[in-house]
Formats: sequence, C-alpha cells, structure tokens
Amino acid sequence: MLKDITLGQYFPGDSVLHRLDPRTKLIWTVIYIVGLFSAKYFISYAVVGILLLACVAISRVGLRAMVSGIKPVLIVLVITALLNLFYTPGEPIFTIWKLSVSREGVFAAIFMLFRILLLIMGTFLLTYTTSPILLTDGLESLLGPLKRLRVPVHELSMMMSIALRFIPTLIEETDKIMSAQKARGADFESGGLFQRAKALLPILVPLFVSAFRRADELAVAMECRCYHGGKGRTRLKNLRYERRDILAFLLGAVFLAVIFTLGKFGL
Amino acid sequence: MTPIIETQELTHIYSRGTPFEHTALADVDFHADEGEFVGLIGHTGSSKSTFIQHLNGLLKPTAGKVLFRGQDIWSDPKTTRATRFKVGMVFQYPEYQLFEETVYRDIAFGPKNMGLSDGEIDRRVRRAAEFVGLRKETLERSPFELSGGQKRRVAIAGVIAMEPDVLVLDEPTAGLDPAGRENILRNIQEFHDANNTTILLVSHSMEDVARIADRLIVMRESRVAMTGTPHEVFARAEELTAMGLTVPQVTLVFRRLYAAGVPIDPAVYTLEQAKAALLALKGGARRA
Repeated sequence: MLKDITLGQYFPGDSVLHRLDPRTKLIWTVIYIVGLFSAKYFISYAVVGILLLACVAISRVGLRAMVSGIKPVLIVLVITALLNLFYTPGEPIFTIWKLSVSREGVFAAIFMLFRILLLIMGTFLLTYTTSPILLTDGLESLLGPLKRLRVPVHELSMMMSIALRFIPTLIEETDKIMSAQKARGADFESGGLFQRAKALLPILVPLFVSAFRRADELAVAMECRCYHGGKGRTRLKNLRYERRDILAFLLGAVFLAVIFTLGKFGL
Repeated sequence: MTPIIETQELTHIYSRGTPFEHTALADVDFHADEGEFVGLIGHTGSSKSTFIQHLNGLLKPTAGKVLFRGQDIWSDPKTTRATRFKVGMVFQYPEYQLFEETVYRDIAFGPKNMGLSDGEIDRRVRRAAEFVGLRKETLERSPFELSGGQKRRVAIAGVIAMEPDVLVLDEPTAGLDPAGRENILRNIQEFHDANNTTILLVSHSMEDVARIADRLIVMRESRVAMTGTPHEVFARAEELTAMGLTVPQVTLVFRRLYAAGVPIDPAVYTLEQAKAALLALKGGARRA
C-alpha cells in the first residue's frame, strides 16, 4: 500500500542517533558520502557498510524499514548495474551476442550497486532519525553564513520544512482518493501506457485541488499568527552541541582517515 | 438464508514489521442480511473505517475472510473487482474525490467503469441525481463550483449510480448543517426503501443512527463490543458512556426518570417513542 512508502519519513525514537544535534548528523552525512565515494575496493566498502549497519543497529529503526526505502529505486539500481556490467571496457570474460562482459565490468557493476545502496540507506537514516523540523533548523543554522550574501536561507528552510511536513499528509490523501476511485471501479493496474496515464486523472485532479486548498489554509493560518519571515524570529529550542556531538565529529575524522589510508593502499 | 455480506474472524494489522505496527481489527465477525439497515458506531480510532474498507476488497485481510453472498471475495482477482460494484462505498468527506468537468460525468464515472451501455448510464445518472435531490441544471455544471453540501450529494450519487446491492456510508453527514444532515439521511432512507438495498451506516452520531437503523453494531478498540437492536443497545447506556460514546438525549432523560422511580422504559431512543411512552404513562395514571 502507498502508506508503506517511507521516503523522507521520520521514525520517532530515543536512540543516541535520534538525540544527536541535527547539524552533527548533517555534517556526518556529508562525511559519510565523501568516505563512500573515496572507497576504492572491497575492504573500504566493507568499512562503510559496517559503519552503516552499526548506525542502523544503534538507531533501532530496523532493517526492514531500510530495505523498504530501497524498493522504489530498485529499477534504477538494476539498470545502473547492467549498464556498468556491459559497457565497461576491458578484458572480456564471456560474450552474449554482441554484448561482452569484462572483468572490470563485473567489478564496476558490484561497486556501483553498493555505492548507490549505501548512499541511499545512509541518507535515509538521516531523515529516519531526525524530525523534519530539527532537520531544517539544522540546515538553516549551517547555511546561516550565506545570509550575508543575501541568500534567503530562512525562507528556503521554511519551504523545505513545509514540504517535508506535507509528504505524509499528501501520501495519506492520495491513498484515500485512490481508495475512493477504486471503490467506483477505477482500474490503475491494467491497460497500455496511455490508458494508465489517463487512469491517473481521477487521482491527480482531486489531489491538486486539495493541495492548493491546504496551501491556502496554511498561508492564512501563518499570517494569523503574524508570521512575516525570519527577521527577529526566535526559537523555542536553540540548537546546542553536546559532548556526544564532539565525539561524533572525532569518529567522523577517524572514519575519513581510515578510508583515505585504505585508498592509498588500493584496498 | 446466507447473509448478503459477512466477515469471519477478520483481522488486519497495519505496517507489519515496522515500528508503526498495530492491530486495527481483531477477529471481527459481522454479517448483514439482504435489505437490512445496519448502523455501525464507535469512537474515533475504533477502526470503523478500516473495517468497512474490507467489505469491498480495498484492504486485504491479514487473516480471516470476507464473504459476499457466501463467496470469498479474495478467491480470485475478478471476484474482487466485481465486488467493488456490488458493494458501493461512500467515504468520509466524499466531495474530495470529485474530478470531472461536469457533475454528470462525475456521477457517470462508476457506471462507465462497469462497462454499461450509454443509455443505461444515462438512466442511472439521472435516477441517482434525482435520489439525492440534484436539479437537472446542476448536472451540466462543474462540481468545483458547487457548495459543500451539494458536492457531497454529487459524490453520493456517484456511488448510488452503480446500483450496488450493499451500500456502505462512512459518516455521510459529517460537517453538514442540521438541514443538510436531515436531507442526506432521508435520501439514504428512501434509497433503502425503494431498492431493498442493504445499508451499513457508519457514524458516531447516535441520534442519526438510532433513528433509522434496524440493528446496531458497536465497535471498540478493534473489536465488536455490542450488537443488537437499538433498543437492546441503548439499554446498556452505562457501557456506551464508558466507551466514550454518547447516548441519545431522550434516552438520558428517560433513564433519569426511570432512576427517579417513574415506571417507564429507560431505553427509549426516539422522540416518537418518548411521546408514546409518556402518553401511555399518563393514560395509566388517570385510570389508577
């Protein structure tokens, strides 16, 4: 069911990962991605993988939720792996028709698969363990210096937090509308491409109508509470780094050092 | 006689295997006979909506069965789809499902999906529109320029036009003014009487349900807590109040009278019954 899509969804919890400062987690995600893209061979990938598994275990989100997050991108994954498999030049192992598979291709495919998998799961862990509000607070704080360059940081982060906040609402809404149209015999599963696209109309029209209505209501509600942008706005909770954040940064440095050292030896 | 629709030990568990897992339905046994008018009541969060979505196969049971005229609706995909047309479902706030350019075309959506001929579709759309009290001119208007109450009627007509054997309505009067509520309930009652359709009306408004249903089912925390005629159910007013449900106001008055020692039926639930009971009491007193 649509409700089971977990993209960008927050899993409430009380693990160390949940309690880390959102800025720490954002920076850690960047560190993680840098480490992941610097990984060259099996051992480095194993280090990144073990790190991710450890984080998942600490977060208590559960492997099942992680795996379900991957489902929507499964096709992209398979296609990327296949393209790498067939189009990497090198010493061929075997040939099917005009397509030849090289030793390099096999490795490239495996590495690419792991890279994307680890990338997605790592970034999902961030949104799984950080509530949307904290996440955008963190982003706003990290991007704060850009305000001097007249980048509308507050407005951007407000837009983002609203967008994130409404993902579950819209999914639920879509689910309801789909059920209602299915109850009237709408069929989304059969027919050609054109027919299927046309079958989406009974969902998209009501969905847009209600999205606009919601946006309007939200704007009115915000104005009623005197919202007028970020200037002079104070916060209920100010972000503060704790000891565990410092520890996390130290671990991040160690992680990068390990990956770079392994890279030097070509592992 | 086999009931027209029936569930056997119906169980549904949401988001299995995630931190959000929870049991929405547990061993629900339910049945409705041909032409019966059943009211389903329960507090918010008592899984009424989850339950009704099983009746036309929108949700698949985690365990247990849903039978339509004795046949398991999940026995093959064709049966499941056919059941959607036999068991019509009007969702909560159904006006948000309207999408067509004209009211006529929106009501015709269901019948069209059934693969009926144009003539039959036309007959059904006009009949359904008439049932819910929509004027002929309204049929050519855009559903988006109608008032909330009228949109609701269009949406209900869209389901009625499929001429289902069982009609399920989830809070059809929510958010309407008293006149609008009265209208819709009367339409439903008329539709029931004219077609002998089995009706399942979900509501948390006791007054509405008590007046028109033959039988009541009370749900509480994913289970069926009580079932019986309105009279039987309202005789257990304390339990209902303990579940956070309200009892019709007349019933409350009569319970107090009964408690004060007046020899009167404490489970009266409509004004007509109250009138009859009071008159009988007065007549009895005069004779004494």
